[in-house]
Amino acid sequence: MDLVETKPSGIQAATLPTPFLKWFAEKGWQPRAHQLELLGRAQSGENMLLIAPTGAGKTLAGFLPSLTDLVHRGKIPPGSAFTGIHTLYISPLKALTVDIERNLMKPVTEMGLEVTVENRTGDTPQSKRQRQKLNPPDILLTTPEQVALLLANKEATRFFKDLKYVVLDELHSLVTSKRGHLLSLGLARLRKHAPEMQTIGLSATVADPMDLQRWLVPQGENPSPPAGLVHVTGGAAPDITILGTDSRIPWSGHVSTYAIPEVYEEIRRHKTTLIFVNTRFQAELLFQTLWTLNEDNLPIALHHGSLDASQRRKVEAAMADNKLRAVVATSTLDMGIDWGDIDLVVHVGAPKGASRLAQRIGRANHRMDEPSKAILVPANRFEVMECQAALDANYLGAQDTPPVGEGALDVLAQHVLGMACAEPFDPLELYHEITSASPYADLSWEMFERIVDFVATGGYALRTYERYAKIRRQEDGRWRVSNPQIAQQYRMNLGTIVEAAELNVRLVRRNAKGTLGRGGMTLGKVEEYFLEQLVQGDTFLFAGKVLRFEGIRENVCLVSNAHSLDPKIPAYAGGKFPLTTYLADQVRAMLADPDRRTTLPDQVRDWLSIQLERSMLPKQDELLIETFPRGKRFFMIAYCFEGRLAHQTLGMLLTRRLERAGARPLGFVATDYSLAIWGLNDIGAMIDAGRISLSDLFDEDMLGDDLEAWLDESYMLKRTFRNCAVISGLIERRHPGREKTGRQVTVSTDLIYDVLRSHEPDHVLLEATRRDAASGLLDIGRLGDMLARIKGHITHRDLDRVSPLAVPIMLEIGKEQVPGEAQDAVLAEAAEELIAEAGL
Amino acid sequence: MHRLGLAARTMISTNPTAGTEEILVHGVAAVCDPLGGLYLPETGMLVVSDLHLEKGAAFARRGMMLPPYDTIATLNILAAVIARYDPKVVVSLGDNFHDRRGSEFLPENLRSMITDMARGRDWIWINGNHDPDGTTDLPGISSDELIYGGLTFRHEPSLISSKGEIAGHLHPAATVRRREKSVRRPCFASDGHRLLMPAFGVLTGGLDLRHRAMQGLFRQETLVAHLLGRDRIYSVRYGSLMG
Repeated sequence: MDLVETKPSGIQAATLPTPFLKWFAEKGWQPRAHQLELLGRAQSGENMLLIAPTGAGKTLAGFLPSLTDLVHRGKIPPGSAFTGIHTLYISPLKALTVDIERNLMKPVTEMGLEVTVENRTGDTPQSKRQRQKLNPPDILLTTPEQVALLLANKEATRFFKDLKYVVLDELHSLVTSKRGHLLSLGLARLRKHAPEMQTIGLSATVADPMDLQRWLVPQGENPSPPAGLVHVTGGAAPDITILGTDSRIPWSGHVSTYAIPEVYEEIRRHKTTLIFVNTRFQAELLFQTLWTLNEDNLPIALHHGSLDASQRRKVEAAMADNKLRAVVATSTLDMGIDWGDIDLVVHVGAPKGASRLAQRIGRANHRMDEPSKAILVPANRFEVMECQAALDANYLGAQDTPPVGEGALDVLAQHVLGMACAEPFDPLELYHEITSASPYADLSWEMFERIVDFVATGGYALRTYERYAKIRRQEDGRWRVSNPQIAQQYRMNLGTIVEAAELNVRLVRRNAKGTLGRGGMTLGKVEEYFLEQLVQGDTFLFAGKVLRFEGIRENVCLVSNAHSLDPKIPAYAGGKFPLTTYLADQVRAMLADPDRRTTLPDQVRDWLSIQLERSMLPKQDELLIETFPRGKRFFMIAYCFEGRLAHQTLGMLLTRRLERAGARPLGFVATDYSLAIWGLNDIGAMIDAGRISLSDLFDEDMLGDDLEAWLDESYMLKRTFRNCAVISGLIERRHPGREKTGRQVTVSTDLIYDVLRSHEPDHVLLEATRRDAASGLLDIGRLGDMLARIKGHITHRDLDRVSPLAVPIMLEIGKEQVPGEAQDAVLAEAAEELIAEAGL
Repeated sequence: MHRLGLAARTMISTNPTAGTEEILVHGVAAVCDPLGGLYLPETGMLVVSDLHLEKGAAFARRGMMLPPYDTIATLNILAAVIARYDPKVVVSLGDNFHDRRGSEFLPENLRSMITDMARGRDWIWINGNHDPDGTTDLPGISSDELIYGGLTFRHEPSLISSKGEIAGHLHPAATVRRREKSVRRPCFASDGHRLLMPAFGVLTGGLDLRHRAMQGLFRQETLVAHLLGRDRIYSVRYGSLMG
């Protein structure tokens, strides 16, 4: 298939300088049309966005404007005045900057260009960073955090004054996160240092390119015209199939163990297979099971974010050298690193989003004119439908990337402190600069002032911290940092990626006396809360090994090798993506449309036709509610298809309402597809008797008072609060000169949250938390859309037993954590035992 | 966490027997109160430990602007437990303030709260590792150690002798696990010889009884954790914590 390119009229394609033409000719290549178009338009002063699939020569296209400009400029003669960097390349991954340096140095060297290229990441030695400040390279390859660090420095003006181009790679993945918010603020500051600089964004296909086109240019009072767009579509259509299996597809669960023998067969049949999963939990289990089957001793490796960095680097290197036959990976491998010759991508578990699937499949076969080959392995029957929907979507080129979203307030607080570290700031000037960043274009002056106050003294109504202020107002009205230590603290704590409290896991040996050795390899990190539940001797799966928990010494979790067959498994906090709205729509459409169901495997079709006999299948815009008794409980299942997060929120709110209606609910469980609530009273009969009105129960007004009341006690908000507290600088991750000891010296953010809630519920950080939760963990926006959609379209089926469609969620019951209120019940049970033991 | 709920409650029951657990430490009767205080009826003494007052301010002094409301919340609970027992003597068992400058910079309204609570009774501040220099401008006397009514009161548990020792410092907490569910709470920990006090301050964390810092302090066979529940004490034998 040929490249299809948008050809704007009236713009001359650029001509390349001689060394470039010679280089292309020597290689027997032609510069691609989109590369020339991007160059030409950038040279005429436009900010640009290039959207292209992998393998389209995106990176070279992004660097052509700066490389040609540098050739015209020529080498800076020794002894000239200080020259700052010419081009800043920013990528979300450290590994990507290293990869790009290699890929860029090749043409630069071969063309004999006098251009210096260096990277700068958290791993760059201090001496090299110092040298880079004194003698900057022409092109600096770096990450958003490093840009923030450089900008918070007193030398920033000098360092960035000659900046011509900022190249932003993988822009689609950056902009939707808090890192993207921080970067947008950095970009606004870069424009102050170098008003003439131009941006070049590189992105995979997104739902709404205009979001990115605006993101790349100043917004606010006098917005610039959006960045120009070069959109390369096409490439060979990927060859995607759903794994055919003779085994029984499970009703529920996420691990696809049933299909592992077939996955192993595929690995044997291909050169190099990349196996994607959605969570680290799945990665660990799949890897372990593959090795139990691996009779051929094929080199199969594991790669996920909790593993030690050196282990990950080893896997990456082996991959690039084509030494591996398969790698099991999570999203840490999502992005555009060149991974040697992968000829098959296996996706285990449903992809949860059509765009994510397209991205991951793009990892196979990095040449865009050859089709990538991919196999989807659904973990349960609903996922079969979801995979089919995603598969249809990929052929249709449908996109479901999330919108850019409003800039987070905790990130803003971090940035304000950083700007005070750079040089004293005038509040009004800084406000205008900040609102020129597109995520913050709507920030009010009042909110800005609250954030400045928060940075200075915590922003409390009770003003007792003035004497400890971190930033202070000078006589000329500008704000400065109070002392150099504050700036040092800022540098140590910068960044927007907050990990749960984690401990290093170290593998030790028991010596002859039975005591634990001191040395041992670090395997990676595990969340503290998981370890708290373990007692010595418990086993769990980590880094592909079954490990025995030996204890915690200082800040290290000690483990030894175990040979237990039934390990506990790390329950990692992150990594579970909720189903996207787009795919949810598709699954609903599939349920409603008999023609679309014909594409599904027999087992799944049979299941759905029994459902049709016993109950019904909902129409696309209809909400099906089933009620039935089971055991001594009465169940209500709502098939909403809005993703786990929105269902969890709905579950919380509906339980409150059912409680008031006298249904005596006991609990609920949520999956991506449905929500189950159970109680002591017959909910179905109450609906039939008109004692519960479904339209009232599902009315949008639940997002008012019920939501507020629930948020008051929600443990989910605490997790969000923790992130906000760390990012905003309320809590430090690291403090100069202070080491953690075995005793608990850090302060719990849960406690701070409770103090704030009970004493200052309007505090700006609680506001930031609520905003984050509404779009993130609670998915309130999506819940609201659903409630509006189903108004007047609720159908109730009162059944005498569990329906086929309800089986998957019924199997999930009992796997959930204890919510707050039920905690004392667990304690009471334990105390009763003591009483019984005492013979009372 | 429930301690803050307590601080915010307008009415805390003044009934001294509600939800408490009476035990013997070195032969001396002691009442574990779910608010976190230990009452000794024979001497009319109330013991609290690790108040960590002004923890928020201590952090603010180092550039972390924690909410300035922790002291008032802790004092509210303290006032409630004092109202419950009307003790003759109050012993605060060390780490009374989170840092050395805490009592010196204490805001006036909070200082007078403490003065009101101490009126008509004796008040003893045992020095802790966070505040080894005693208190400034507060009622009561400061001391490193107190021996009274057959018991010894000190901040850090001694490694040499355990007979009749009431100590704090370690912020004991216990995890109870039943049917894959686990719950962790601050607790009184006692084997009948020694008793470790839970941390009383609302901004204090906890250290699990299984932590090695606790090793060697108790006879495990007789060790019982008295966990602070919402309205009562839950007593669980050490060996039964994990189910």
